[in-house]
Amino acid sequence: MTTGYQIVVCGGIVPDPLQTLDPVANPAGPTIKNEMMLPAVLDPWAAHALYEAAHLAKATPGSKVWLVSLGPKAKLQQVMMTVAQKVPFELVALDGQAGGFTDTYEVAALLAGAIQAIPGLDRSRLLVFGGWESASRGAGATLQMVGERLHVLDQFQGVDRLAIAADGSFQILERIEGGRHQVSTCAGPPAVLGWATGSLPEPPNNSQVGMANMRTVMPALHRAKPAKVGAEGVTFARVSLPSQRRDTRIVKDLPVGEIAREIVAWITGA
Amino acid sequence: METLLFLAHVESDGSLATQAREALGAAREMADALSGAPLHVGVVGRDVAAAAGSIAGCGAARFLGVAGADFSQPRYASDAAAAEALCKAAAATVVIAPATSRWCRVLPGVAQRVGGRVDTHVTGISADGGAPSVTRWYYRQRMEATLTRAHRPWIIVLDPGCGAPWKGEAGAATVEVVPVKLSETCRRTTVTGVQAPPADQQTIRPDAGLLFVAGAGWTKTQPDGKVHAAEAAELILEFLRKAQASLGGSKSLVDLTGEGQAVLPFMTHLNQIGQTGATPRHPKGLSACCHGEEPHVVGWRFISERRAINLDPNCGWARGKADVLYVADAFAVLRRVNALLGEK
Ligand SMILES: Cc1cc2nc3c(=O)[nH]c(=O)nc-3n(C[C@H](O)[C@H](O)[C@H](O)COP(=O)(O)OP(=O)(O)OC[C@H]3O[C@@H](n4cnc5c(N)ncnc54)[C@H](O)[C@@H]3O)c2cc1C
Repeated sequence: MTTGYQIVVCGGIVPDPLQTLDPVANPAGPTIKNEMMLPAVLDPWAAHALYEAAHLAKATPGSKVWLVSLGPKAKLQQVMMTVAQKVPFELVALDGQAGGFTDTYEVAALLAGAIQAIPGLDRSRLLVFGGWESASRGAGATLQMVGERLHVLDQFQGVDRLAIAADGSFQILERIEGGRHQVSTCAGPPAVLGWATGSLPEPPNNSQVGMANMRTVMPALHRAKPAKVGAEGVTFARVSLPSQRRDTRIVKDLPVGEIAREIVAWITGA
Repeated sequence: METLLFLAHVESDGSLATQAREALGAAREMADALSGAPLHVGVVGRDVAAAAGSIAGCGAARFLGVAGADFSQPRYASDAAAAEALCKAAAATVVIAPATSRWCRVLPGVAQRVGGRVDTHVTGISADGGAPSVTRWYYRQRMEATLTRAHRPWIIVLDPGCGAPWKGEAGAATVEVVPVKLSETCRRTTVTGVQAPPADQQTIRPDAGLLFVAGAGWTKTQPDGKVHAAEAAELILEFLRKAQASLGGSKSLVDLTGEGQAVLPFMTHLNQIGQTGATPRHPKGLSACCHGEEPHVVGWRFISERRAINLDPNCGWARGKADVLYVADAFAVLRRVNALLGEK
């Protein structure tokens, strides 16, 4: 009997957060201006999930990590060049639109289908990981829907820690209101965990890992099936950038005491 | 015609949170705007009578409840079963619920289960033109969209602070109990408690009037060539105590914790504001020793008045991101601010 985990990380790609984003209206719904030209990264919270998955797999012999990603093939390839250097995984790629304006319901259907199609996946040892919210839609909905489609009833969101007890049960910490964590125990896999930051730093690049990963990444990209994804039944009446520029008053050369008085008056409403 | 369901869970003391009343306010308004659309109330918890009674005057067509010890803990499997049963019992086409951590964990899954669709982190709900529409942000608060959906049921999860809480008469509400039998597979998880920092280190205060954001500058070499992390920690804690402010941090600062550098011991990833952190709601925000870069400032979307203290007159805050930028040494300013607050 295997004691390892079959960890499937769902992680999309998003425009690099340092880029300026402009929405544009298309007949099929809104998109981001020049989206294909913008440098992309692995969705940050999904990246944390991937690092946690790799860490857990390393600590648990017999485990394996897959990364399931839906995005335009060319963009996926660009992002994988970096991500593949980090930790060992096998890529499952779906070639389709990767934006915030597609609907979670449709994305979840595709991801769940891709997970179900992984050959030989032992669903009794399955852990579905991902970021608890994406940097595009930020809905925190996709993983739950994937879990439902796979009939996984133990689900956790905003996870910062997964600890495994000697009997194989889990202790899980999830973010809740007021800077606190909810603590749960769970009998074991299968489970869905939407990760927040976790506790691991970004792993340094490792060229050996990169070379091993690329042996499966390139064929996976080659095999990637075109996936139709949109937001059927959704009508966007308006997508706009906030008028966020403020008229900043820059206060220079004011004595510290004066600044302090001004701040205190402002804070206390005096 | 739409059938609305306001979906809530009770707090550990059996009451309804303010956030739930905000969602009820939005649901009531929508029912009124869609003249004649019936509003149902669905409540989940160990005991739901008191919560239902507290909103008895909301004009609900029915009060439905899923109650019992199985439903006291915020656990996915039992909450999903309860919410699913309530959506079905009400035959709801539009469900409005508060974005508590408990509901956020489960309602998208429930949407899947009832063949519906979901919108989370909704910041506004309207029924202008006779059809429900919602407003929410995309790309981590960078752009705002208003959208409608043809598909039903539609679950709408409303963020806190986005509407006035419902106010009205309490009384006795007759709750129709919706039976939900949990299978053993729904009991594989047990919520054992809540982990919180000790009271004197609890720096996150969602209800505070002021957010104070500390940046990595507090731990950087200062003009005297030294690092003053211990003094920074003292100044910040004293300020938080005196101003009763909530503490946020930049990514650079909270990341230092993991790298073993001179840091502020009370600062964790939970304090992080921005792209990969939180987007809290406070009327005012004061940033100190933080550069004000875009991935940080997107976390300030819901901070109304913004001021910053930075040595660099060309930092991000100077470029239209704050109302006031004080070009000054934050150590010196905070020392004086603390002294002045002490006199008050
Ligand atoms: C994928 C991604 C996601 C990100 N997510 C986030 C996020 O969620 N949140 C976030 O914050 N950042 C995020 N960032 C990082 C962001 O781009 C910045 O690097 C970060 O916000 C910088 O933090 P800082 O301003 O505290 O530090 P620094 O850039 O080091 O700035 C320190 C500031 O302190 C000032 N200073 C120093 N000493 C004093 C003094 N005595 N008095 C006054 N001022 C002083 C300096 O002038 C300087 O402006 C993200 C980046 C990426 C790529």
